[in-house]
Amino acid sequence: MLLNIKDLHVSIDGKEILKGCNLGVNNGEVHAIMGPNGTGKSTLAAAITGREGYDITSGEIIYKGQDISELSPDIRANEGIFLSFQYPVEIPGVSITNFMRTAINAQREYRGEQPIAAGEFLKKMEEKKKLVDIQSKLTNRSVNEGFSGGEKKKNEIFQMAMLEPTFAVLDETDSGLDIDALKVVANGVNALRSENNAFVVITHYQRLLDYIVPDFVHVMYDGKIVKSGGKGLANELEEKGYDWIKEHVQNG
Amino acid sequence: MSDNKNKIFPLETSLKNSYMDKTKPLNHAKSGSNAIEHKKVTNSRLNGYNIFDKTGLPTPVIEQWRSTNITKDYKENYLIGDNKPKFDKQINEIFHCSVHGFDTNVFALLNGWYYSTPDKVLQTLDNGIIVGSLAVAQQKYPDLFDDYYNEIARPDSHGFNAINAAIFTDGLFIYVPDNVKSDKAVQLIKMVNRDDNIMINTRNLIILGENSRLSFLHCDDSINQHKGLLATNTEIFLKKDAQLDLYKLQNLNNNTTLVNSTFVKQDANSNLNVNVLTFNGGIIRNEFTIDLTEEGANADISGMYLMDDKQHVDNQVKVIHSAPNCTSSELFKGVLDDHASGVFNGYIYVARDAQQTMAFQKNANILMTSTASIDTMPFLEIYADDVKCSHGATVGQLDNDALFYLMQRGIKESDAKLLLMYAFVTEVTNKIGIDALRNSVDDMVKKRLRGDLSICDKCILQCSTPDLPVEFEIDMSKI
Amino acid sequence: MSKFINFAVLFIFILNRNQMKEEKENENILDEVTTSEYKYGFYTDIETETAPKGLNEDTIRFISKKKNEPEWLLEFRLKAFRYWQTIEEPNWALLNHPPIDYQDIIYYAAPKQKKQAESLDEVDPELLETFNKLGISLEEQKMLTGVAVDAVVDSVSVKTTFQDTLAKHGIIFCSFSEAVQDHPELVREYLGTVVPHTDNYFAALNSAVFSDGSFCYIPKGVRCPIELSTYFRINAANTGQFERTLLVADEGAYVSYLEGCTAPQRDENQLHAAIVEIITHDDAEVKYSTVQNWYPGDKDGKGGIYNFVTKRGLCKGNNSKISWTQVETGSAITWKYPSCTLLGDNSIGEFYSVAVTNNYQQADTGTKMIHIGKNTRSTIISKGISAGKSNNSYRGLVRVSKKAENARNFSQCDSLLLGDKCGAHTFPYIKNSNSTSVVEHEATTSKISEDQLFYCQQRGIDTEKSIGLIVNGYAKEVLNKLPMEFAVEAQKLLAITLEGSVG
Repeated sequence: MLLNIKDLHVSIDGKEILKGCNLGVNNGEVHAIMGPNGTGKSTLAAAITGREGYDITSGEIIYKGQDISELSPDIRANEGIFLSFQYPVEIPGVSITNFMRTAINAQREYRGEQPIAAGEFLKKMEEKKKLVDIQSKLTNRSVNEGFSGGEKKKNEIFQMAMLEPTFAVLDETDSGLDIDALKVVANGVNALRSENNAFVVITHYQRLLDYIVPDFVHVMYDGKIVKSGGKGLANELEEKGYDWIKEHVQNG
Repeated sequence: MSDNKNKIFPLETSLKNSYMDKTKPLNHAKSGSNAIEHKKVTNSRLNGYNIFDKTGLPTPVIEQWRSTNITKDYKENYLIGDNKPKFDKQINEIFHCSVHGFDTNVFALLNGWYYSTPDKVLQTLDNGIIVGSLAVAQQKYPDLFDDYYNEIARPDSHGFNAINAAIFTDGLFIYVPDNVKSDKAVQLIKMVNRDDNIMINTRNLIILGENSRLSFLHCDDSINQHKGLLATNTEIFLKKDAQLDLYKLQNLNNNTTLVNSTFVKQDANSNLNVNVLTFNGGIIRNEFTIDLTEEGANADISGMYLMDDKQHVDNQVKVIHSAPNCTSSELFKGVLDDHASGVFNGYIYVARDAQQTMAFQKNANILMTSTASIDTMPFLEIYADDVKCSHGATVGQLDNDALFYLMQRGIKESDAKLLLMYAFVTEVTNKIGIDALRNSVDDMVKKRLRGDLSICDKCILQCSTPDLPVEFEIDMSKI
Repeated sequence: MSKFINFAVLFIFILNRNQMKEEKENENILDEVTTSEYKYGFYTDIETETAPKGLNEDTIRFISKKKNEPEWLLEFRLKAFRYWQTIEEPNWALLNHPPIDYQDIIYYAAPKQKKQAESLDEVDPELLETFNKLGISLEEQKMLTGVAVDAVVDSVSVKTTFQDTLAKHGIIFCSFSEAVQDHPELVREYLGTVVPHTDNYFAALNSAVFSDGSFCYIPKGVRCPIELSTYFRINAANTGQFERTLLVADEGAYVSYLEGCTAPQRDENQLHAAIVEIITHDDAEVKYSTVQNWYPGDKDGKGGIYNFVTKRGLCKGNNSKISWTQVETGSAITWKYPSCTLLGDNSIGEFYSVAVTNNYQQADTGTKMIHIGKNTRSTIISKGISAGKSNNSYRGLVRVSKKAENARNFSQCDSLLLGDKCGAHTFPYIKNSNSTSVVEHEATTSKISEDQLFYCQQRGIDTEKSIGLIVNGYAKEVLNKLPMEFAVEAQKLLAITLEGSVG
């Protein structure tokens, strides 16, 4: 199993957000996690990627057979974990080119490889830009600065394509996207799907799942995954609404 | 090096002479109250004198006085302090305050002395607030003076503050007990009425107990056109959860120089709102030193100045963030006309470990003529990293686009200018929390801008004649 | 008398921008950073000639005689010295250092070499090696990027390159000493006109004891085709460095001038008190860039250069322009306020600064923009970065005189704090006496946000590199003003300076 989360409890400032979350992901799979606001979806993403301030009070995150909960975020990233941020961060003055070059070389250094040659890097950039339909010259643009909502999300997928992760979490990558941008993002993700990687897609709406078809759908409520199923579960959820889940939970 | 450094000014000589007999430090206090002075007060007089002996009066040689030069005053002859005046007229015979809907407890200082009938020299108001003469309070409440008097004032900061400690005559004392929240503002009217050039030194002590609240209106007025040199030290203590709204209204004649220093110590979660409204005065220097000593304290200091002729205003505002999680803001705006000159020196100091500080500072100025000038120095000194601090300063003119817009709507240029100047300072005046006061200040601003407001015969708040509200004929909301 | 001498090295570089590939921009400079040690801390064993320690009129006569100076220049020095004796060291800056013993300094030190080298064969091989170590080649042919170099070591100019090329355009670029001999009329006309000896304490000291420096004159209508560069190096111990640069751009002339500095690693502090004077006539423009990397002292604050520098530019002519760009990463103490006096109508002054302090470094730096002419414009962009236990202050004056109709100034001063033991301070002084002018000042103080850091880390970049990346981004606006070669160098320096600053 690529990722195995066992009975994970996570607190922020002493307040418990994840209350015993279990999730298993194999290579080649796409999992969708749905659920109402404030149920711990983004907290799960933060815990997997190692964000500071998210205290794992009990449970394990086993990735490639190793508990990664003590590893720093950059080590996890270099082990192939990628997060497409719900709110991508602006870094003024740092060009995307420079940013990606630094990231790729960090990854290469981690693997004991030589830094990427300039020509190879630029070629790769051009190739991956096409994947998500980015036309602008990224060289002159600072990371996420002055980007529209859609551009920011496309840029996240572009970075994912550049870094070629083994395991990627897409945290509400669909929020704020119009239908055209949504398709572009989904196509990008689909193009990257392979037998050697896996995706967790966090979303509110079933809409994205029409384009990125998941193998499994999980519903999260009050810090736990309360229901799992196939693609059909997303449709059922869309139909019946989250109140159905609440009832489901209350009725045990 | 400037000649000023070694020169002895006539005023310095007379100040030193006024205190010739150092073995009898009580002569100033005695002339008023015939009583024995609190030891701490006496000691601080001696200390102040010793400092003054070394420093003398401040000159532009000193960095903090580079832009405010009072040395020409030092060459004048002054009566140093006055004898205590007899209470022969009711306060309202000297001035009256007739702002509608603005009910205050009025107290007065005349020529540096607390002015009242003997029975009201130190009163306990219905709500428990104790207000009255500082000279009397030091005898009646020695414990409070043990704890607070001269604890935060800085006689070593410059000569005025040193000599103030040494030779002050009287001042206002306010003590608000814990949990007392006063709806009615306390108003202090400081008047000068002498037929001589006079230097007056007064000193106030204000203590707000835990979870108490007070609005305090501090008015400096001239009653005639004689030359005055007024120096005030005010110490303010805000205990936990206390709130003070302090309004300073300054409307002095063009021959008067006012140097006033306010020292504030704020405990946890206390709140200070200050509004300094400077309408007239020859040279006015307002110094604030505000120390946020415990978490959660907030200080909001704002000021407005409208100067013309050869008037000079200097606001020195230092906020010290000694504890984490405190907030402060400084907002000063002013219009300088004719040959007027202004100085703003804001200073935010964030101590090591005062994390989570939020501090903002802004000074904006409009120069109306090519002979007006402004020196603005918004300083930040920061030793903690998790802070949000910003400052800004601008000097400019009225917005030509806005001016054209108004004139295109048929407003004549002079009115349009007045309106824009008025709009410029409303950011400050809108912060006044008492409606009636805000309205009357609003009227004063309009009158001042039209040149109708000179020094008043009596209380400046009387300037607003309620029957005849001052209005520009334009609806501000439409701009 | 010490056998060895300090040198100031004056190099002239010529940059050929066409050779710059776009790739260069993409180069991740941070990868090249492998050590946090001060790279230029070596000392070269060169035979030097020095003046006796201490300062009196005899010292000054000694220096003047050594340099075979005319009488008027000796008088200039003596007058400055006599004035200096009457004044005190300024103490208004936010700086702390033990008192400087001015009698414990050697005021003249020169590599033992008779005169400026005609060809490389005449240059001491040790010296050549020094420059090679510094990454600066004196051999014109070998210059990768086509930079003309004039090298001054300790107190004298050692070698000027590309002089022939420059001469074709009528440009005079030589050591100050040479200029005194060959162009005395020009030196006499301009020396001290922008920085009189009364400017300040250190200016007075420099005027009395300056040893060498560079002189540059761009004639009417000439755009200097190459970038000129001065490279300063302090080598010898116990020696003060007092060079003096004079740059004159005649009507319609243009020049871009670069200055770099390094010094050996030593436990004691060394004083550097230089002067730069710039004059621009009508329609002339001078762009002056500095990458200051004097030895900053070690991580415990031991040693390092005391850098008290007076740099002033005078926009004398109408429509003239002076632009200062500085990257300050070195020195134990930096006290420096490159200024522009905007005398000519429509003249423009600019100041772009990045100042980084780490460990126990202290910097009090900024600018003065004095608006006198009509329609004068100035821009100030200052980025301060503090780390370790350092203190970093911006101090700047914007003065608008009564006659400066329609003057405009915009200032932006940002501070970034890395860690909770350092300080970042901002002391702007705005003095405005003109009602038609507009002056705006903005400043912010912040730290690197946790969000930015996590975002970088999530992409696999470790904390230290993430900080380097973010800081370089923060300073980009200023770094972009540097010529390309310098920009890359400066970015590396920023990263190196901040290494180990975050635990």
